[in-house]
Amino acid sequence: MTTASIKPNRKNRIHRDVTFPIVNTIILVLLMFVTLYPVINTVAYSFNDGTDALRGNIGLWPRVFSLKSYESILQDNAVYQAAFISASKTVIITLLNLFWTGMLAFTLSRKEYVLRKFITTVMVLTMYVNAGLIPNYLLISKTLHLSKSYWVYVIPTMFSCFNMIVIRTYITGLPDALVESARIDGAGDIRVYWQIIFPLCMPVLATVALFVAVGSWNSWFDTHLYCGGQKNLHSLQYLLKMKLATTQASANAAKTSADALKSTTQTTPITIRCAITVISTVPILVVYPFLQRYFVTGMALGSVKG
Amino acid sequence: MTSVSHRSNKELRPVSKKGFFRTLAGQWQLMLMSVPMLLYVILFNYAPMWGWITAFQDYKPKAGIFGSKWVGMKNFMWLFGREDFINSIRNTLAMSVINLVFGTVSSILLAILLNEVRNRGFKRTVQTVTYLPHFLSMVIVVGMAQNIFASDGAVNGLLKSLRLVKEPVFFLGEGRYFWWLVGVINVWKEVGWNTIIYISAMTSIDPSLYEAAAIDGAGRFHRILHVTLPGIKSTFVILLIMNIGHLMEAGFEIQYLLGSSVVMDWSQTIDIFVLQYGISKQQYGVATAAGMFKSIVAIILLVAANTLAKRLDEDTLL
Repeated sequence: MTTASIKPNRKNRIHRDVTFPIVNTIILVLLMFVTLYPVINTVAYSFNDGTDALRGNIGLWPRVFSLKSYESILQDNAVYQAAFISASKTVIITLLNLFWTGMLAFTLSRKEYVLRKFITTVMVLTMYVNAGLIPNYLLISKTLHLSKSYWVYVIPTMFSCFNMIVIRTYITGLPDALVESARIDGAGDIRVYWQIIFPLCMPVLATVALFVAVGSWNSWFDTHLYCGGQKNLHSLQYLLKMKLATTQASANAAKTSADALKSTTQTTPITIRCAITVISTVPILVVYPFLQRYFVTGMALGSVKG
Repeated sequence: MTSVSHRSNKELRPVSKKGFFRTLAGQWQLMLMSVPMLLYVILFNYAPMWGWITAFQDYKPKAGIFGSKWVGMKNFMWLFGREDFINSIRNTLAMSVINLVFGTVSSILLAILLNEVRNRGFKRTVQTVTYLPHFLSMVIVVGMAQNIFASDGAVNGLLKSLRLVKEPVFFLGEGRYFWWLVGVINVWKEVGWNTIIYISAMTSIDPSLYEAAAIDGAGRFHRILHVTLPGIKSTFVILLIMNIGHLMEAGFEIQYLLGSSVVMDWSQTIDIFVLQYGISKQQYGVATAAGMFKSIVAIILLVAANTLAKRLDEDTLL
């Protein structure tokens, strides 16, 4: 790989330049190793026997292979319930975000729209000014009474200004003539958007869908804040967060008493935690390589304008 | 808010000769597509600011904003008399500065290394792998960090085999390591992702600059120093300024998940303080005051950073 990469340049370069590509490749390979090690380590733990894992020191391969953790998870109804909550809220939030944000971005890309400046200012300011945790909490739980309900996942997370800017920048890059000619033919703005602009926006909408879906899939704090007591509303990430807390408690207890360690680790062995981690990460790993091409351009678009 | 709308009305009136409201009526379809989100944002992003009033009250949810007792600046005075609040300001600033420095340096370095790779397949592989952690949730990342940094984890194993330490280091159990641990974990998670913007800046550098430098006898190191780095300078400055505006945001999830009672003096940030006093102890007035203090400092930093940006724009960027 290395030699292939330097061959084209070799002819017109000074000889000592050959060392740099080699050193560079070594550094980058090491970096990939460091990036992947914790991930593979987690997978190795998840396939390891539970009691053996307490000895620690598992590297890239399980020491005593066992599928027990996965078996016990797949018999646990709480995991199915949490997976259903996570998946359904991710789908609903993503669709709602795309629906509203796409239309809003379209209207704010239209220069003749008289409310354009006002609405843009109101939207952009939300990126900088935030009322803070407590006022938001009081609004959602005390005024709107959304806590302890499924809708607390969906309703407060329908809009993100950053995503709107990404889509708007993309639409601005499309030729104006598209909208103009459709308007002359008598199409209303709603039709122009859904029939002409929306189909052309698929790449950028895919990017935004990825951002929103990952954010929603990975969130746990909303459950923690509003639905901690509702077992049927727990998401996968929140389930993991609770397992994290119990293994952490056992790690602290290890210093004080060995008995405490025994009792807590039996309730949440590290292997189970790792197995849930693997299960909850697989959906992201499956989707993300296909979307990489899109989100890189999407990031560049958003950061330049935002 | 009202002043903004007022201004934009004035600007637009001369442009649309039919009159503002007739034009608006003609754009009812655009309004239908945008006004619901406007109302939504006003409800969820602006209406809660009304709650800042509680910072000056001894707020009781039952009594509400109108029935609670006014206490003036008492909540703020109380906050600044508390050691744990001062600590959380210190921790917030320390961790965001560490994150900023580590994050910027590491992503620029990686972007430069990637930019020097000629083999497209290899470059893409490195990018795919290093972007990956960005998509993992903080819960998962902290779980992995607990495995890796445990007393019998990989890092201690490495340190021992290199004979750098004799006894395992308690990375997770000692406060003085906490800030640096957060810095390292954040670099691991975001370094690849943060290169995207720098790499896109590097691809827009005119290749003839590199050729010219090579003809003048510049080696690789000098080309990086005199062509690549100046090429990403404006991106660097813009991102730096944006980050200065976010210095009060040290992150919240990682400290909350990784911290424990043992390291609390070093792990508690303002956000965690707000959460603890506001939600767990139900002292809404005090917690809102702490959050408000944070927001106000953030706005001041943002305005200062923007002013700085404009001045730099005249002097160095153009």
